[in-house]
Amino acid sequence: MSIARIVLGGEGGQGVQTIAEILAEAAYRSGLEALYIPNFGVEQRGGVSLAFVQLGDEVVAVPKFRRAQVVVALSDRAIQRTADYVTRETTFIYEASAAVDPSFLPREAGRLLPVPAVKLATEHLHPRVFNVLILGTVVGVVDMVEETALKAALEGLLGHKFALKPELRELNYRALGEGRELALTA
Amino acid sequence: MKLQPEPQMPRVWRRESKPHRFCPGCGHPLALKALGEAVDDLDWQDRVVFGCDIGCSLLAWDFFDLDTVQTHHGRTLPVLVGLKRVRPELVPIAYMGDGGAYAIGVQHLVSAAARDEPVCSLVVNNAVYAMTGGQMAPTTLPGQKTETTPYGRDPALSGHPLKGAEMVAAVAAPEAYVARGSVANLRQLKRYLLRALQNPHFSLVEVLASCPTNWRTNAAETWEWVEKEMPRYFPLGELKGGVREEERR
Amino acid sequence: MTAVIERERRAFLTGNEVVAWAALAAGAEVMFGYPITPQNEIMHYWARLAPRYGRKFLQTEDELSAGYATIGAVLGGVKAFTATAGPGHVLMQEALAMAEMMRLPVVAIITQRGGPSTATVIYSQQEVNLACFGGNGEGFRLVYSVAGLQDLYEYTLKAFGMAWRYRLPTIVLGDGYQAKMRGPVKLFDPARQGIDTGMAAPFLGAAGTPGRERPPVHLRNTYNLEEELLAVVEEQARSFEQVAEQVAEYEEEKREGAAILLVAHGIVARAAQLAAGRLRRRGKAVGFFRPVTLRPFPETALRRAAFEAEMVLVAESAWGQLERLVRASLSGSEVPVQAYRRPGMGITPEELEEELEKILAARKSSGWSRGDEVAARAADATGLAP
Repeated sequence: MSIARIVLGGEGGQGVQTIAEILAEAAYRSGLEALYIPNFGVEQRGGVSLAFVQLGDEVVAVPKFRRAQVVVALSDRAIQRTADYVTRETTFIYEASAAVDPSFLPREAGRLLPVPAVKLATEHLHPRVFNVLILGTVVGVVDMVEETALKAALEGLLGHKFALKPELRELNYRALGEGRELALTA
Repeated sequence: MKLQPEPQMPRVWRRESKPHRFCPGCGHPLALKALGEAVDDLDWQDRVVFGCDIGCSLLAWDFFDLDTVQTHHGRTLPVLVGLKRVRPELVPIAYMGDGGAYAIGVQHLVSAAARDEPVCSLVVNNAVYAMTGGQMAPTTLPGQKTETTPYGRDPALSGHPLKGAEMVAAVAAPEAYVARGSVANLRQLKRYLLRALQNPHFSLVEVLASCPTNWRTNAAETWEWVEKEMPRYFPLGELKGGVREEERR
Repeated sequence: MTAVIERERRAFLTGNEVVAWAALAAGAEVMFGYPITPQNEIMHYWARLAPRYGRKFLQTEDELSAGYATIGAVLGGVKAFTATAGPGHVLMQEALAMAEMMRLPVVAIITQRGGPSTATVIYSQQEVNLACFGGNGEGFRLVYSVAGLQDLYEYTLKAFGMAWRYRLPTIVLGDGYQAKMRGPVKLFDPARQGIDTGMAAPFLGAAGTPGRERPPVHLRNTYNLEEELLAVVEEQARSFEQVAEQVAEYEEEKREGAAILLVAHGIVARAAQLAAGRLRRRGKAVGFFRPVTLRPFPETALRRAAFEAEMVLVAESAWGQLERLVRASLSGSEVPVQAYRRPGMGITPEELEEELEKILAARKSSGWSRGDEVAARAADATGLAP
């Protein structure tokens, strides 16, 4: 019996809530218990966007938590904002396409996992799928979500876009794959 | 077997609640007489739902043999809007004073007019808050003495009288009916009410009415005020024509 | 009417979506609402779903209008509801007071946000006072405090049933977390699960010409004499007390000879339940009590549970609003009450575990027991933990 607690933080427009929603939906479709809540406030623009996702094999009853097994930070500000959730058991995934001042990084994190998602997405795929690449890494680290469920969740949220441009589907699958690989090899 | 009301009493007036509770010389019963006759003429006793506000209008809560709801100050319109939305076959009448319609409930009046809610509003304008003891109303005339303008309403301090009917006419849909009548001309008032009730859109009839109790006027002065003084600020007539029977066909 | 949800199904939804589905399934005909976070998506989903099921929606000019229009629709004889939060809830209380006086089955969904004033748009349990006792009245209304998405579905269904059965305004008291969180929920047709969602009937505009074929209906909320009003309110009070015995609901996990009875409502109750359970598994004597109805408050059940404990700890995301209800229920008893107050903040099971451990440790080191309760209560009165 366990629950994986995941906090994701990023700048508005980076797609943090999309990652969280697909992740939670995929967990649910994998037959797991899952609960997702965005942070929301009056500052819709210019603030750090946070998402809280919990998934596992026991009922998740409380939407927020203080410590996370996985923390994802997609900007310098997000690194600072999510630091409180980090413990020695935490895998800390952060966007590392540009140099990150090492003093920003939470020292106590059990595992630091730099992901140059923007760079990889821009070079191999398309800059827009960088958040799906991150999602792939998170799924790789958590290792509870089924591949078919993940694709179904992706379809549920982005299906209307895939219908217009079918090549997007393949692009997103490749981003997932690349992200997942990073989790396993990095 | 039920007795028929006296001939001069509209059929829809409720005998059991008469004599009514308004002060001698009050304009309300006159307005309610015109309304009763209009409902009688249309034979809509089974369709009209009467809603009354707080203030002296609440004294009409059992005035008619009509289903009636008495609400909070200014809130009669939204109650009847909700009713009409789910019971379109009913004809709701919101009976309000100038305070309820043009001050505390003005957002409801403006919004109902702008959304063209098919509800009929009857606003009794007696230029004063009467039930609470004669304070200044939005419609109090310049120079008029009230308990809160003891030296007369000074427009520099408390603004000019609000022309509610004109305000509503400005925001209401083209099909809305807006008119201002007076208890000094019941024949005209009844004509306006008949048009308002039959208009399948928003309608408002403001009626200039007397309040000798709070005006502290005798019979002659009272009549002088209603007939001469008030129309100088609040001109009588139709401001928006609504949809006529022949146009609706 | 065909069922909105014919076959039971699991879905992954936000709380606000759940409310819209529940209102549809309960047979609500119309919603009136005004935008305020965090209830907005109830309106969004309802506005999107309603036309597909022949239901109606109106965005009003403010919460006063939303509340009174809901009253109007109820008077017309349909199930109607509204939803609001925070300062909108303050305005809504004007209409709810009229519904209370006239015993109108208005259903309101409240998604509590931070207070006082505009505060945060996020979360709190600070609208307990308002939901239970808002308006210039006596609090003759039903208030269900929900704890999770499934609860939100089931108690929204039930709210319509109870409102129409007892002719009482009924509030489903949720919060911003439950409104915005997305999780699994089981949707079903209430009729098949034996949940009564009420039978609506017109208050005004029933068949027959008033005054000729039937007496007219004259509804008022104004009385001329003190004696008239007294008679009305006394009758309402008697009726509410009778109803209270039938509708008061609670959830509890007993622990005989519990050192601490942990009391919480709403989503905090879920954290409290987890914390108490974990402590019991570690051999600590901690019980759990959750009032489901805040009006009427399950006083008898709470007293019974509290008397078996050595002390009561109330945890809430407010500064003593639930605590006041608890203290009133326990008045005259010797059981000391302590509070864990986090207005506008979420409460996790972990922090409650820490708090409980702390109290238990202090108790052990001081040999504190019922004998020390006078001192404990005195300390508590000064705001200090014993």
